[in-house]
Amino acid sequence: MSAAAALRVGDAIPGLKLPALTAGDLARYAETSGDRAAVHLDEAYARDMGFPGVIAHGLLVMAYLGRTLTDWQPLSRLRSFSCRFQAVTLMGERLECRGVVVAVRALAQERLVDLELEVVNQDAELKITGKATLQL
Amino acid sequence: MSDVPTLDRSVIGREFPPSFAVVEAEAVRRFARAIGETNAVFFDEAAARAQGYRGLPIPPTYVFSMKHAGSSPDSTLRALGVEGGSGKLLHAEQAFEYLQPICAGDRLCFRERVADVFEKKGGALVFIVLETRVTDDRGETVAIIRHTEVIRSDV
Repeated sequence: MSAAAALRVGDAIPGLKLPALTAGDLARYAETSGDRAAVHLDEAYARDMGFPGVIAHGLLVMAYLGRTLTDWQPLSRLRSFSCRFQAVTLMGERLECRGVVVAVRALAQERLVDLELEVVNQDAELKITGKATLQL
Repeated sequence: MSDVPTLDRSVIGREFPPSFAVVEAEAVRRFARAIGETNAVFFDEAAARAQGYRGLPIPPTYVFSMKHAGSSPDSTLRALGVEGGSGKLLHAEQAFEYLQPICAGDRLCFRERVADVFEKKGGALVFIVLETRVTDDRGETVAIIRHTEVIRSDV
């Protein structure tokens, strides 16, 4: 890939801006992921837990972030993907996923690119910080 | 509150019984739709094969859901005596290593163990790291999942 071959530290990968999160998004994710924990689905329960309302599954937000990786490069190039959850995401928040190249290196005849990733909301509040390594 | 979860380092190394799952094409499509995917490789077998996959490949985080096969991720923690749902338990970190693509039709085995337990803030936060080795039906490791949960006793 010529575009990937020219990658440099500091380059951003194409980001992803998502529409406002809805309870329907969580319901669909709960159904397909099997994680039907009440804090994601039951408004009254989430309030009892001290949250302002239901909170998104962390793995749903991570899955959005994963889309930026597989939109950018073929899935088979992905070697590792990790994240740290920084803050919960509430309904109505509009998330944005971003990534930037922090290293381009060689390992056993392969060229690898390391990315630092983040998900923020419309007010630039940090939700997730992450890392990924892809083979070029 | 009397339900403050406790956990000590004696559980490190504890292994859970293996679980098994087959990657279903329709489930991959449903998951891809639920996360807003539009990439044809996750929906269309022909597109997947054209890119060299033997079936629909799974989105990067789906292997985490497959491990739980319909049950709550808290079930492992419950087996260690840590109750979820108290607001004291939070998913802190999640990591994946990918060694081979996982595709629809694959039979996977999940072997989970407690990789680490450590404290921060003088014991107010207890972290537990659960590591799952995912193997295919030839016994080759296709992915490693690391799930870090934090138990807060300060709330």
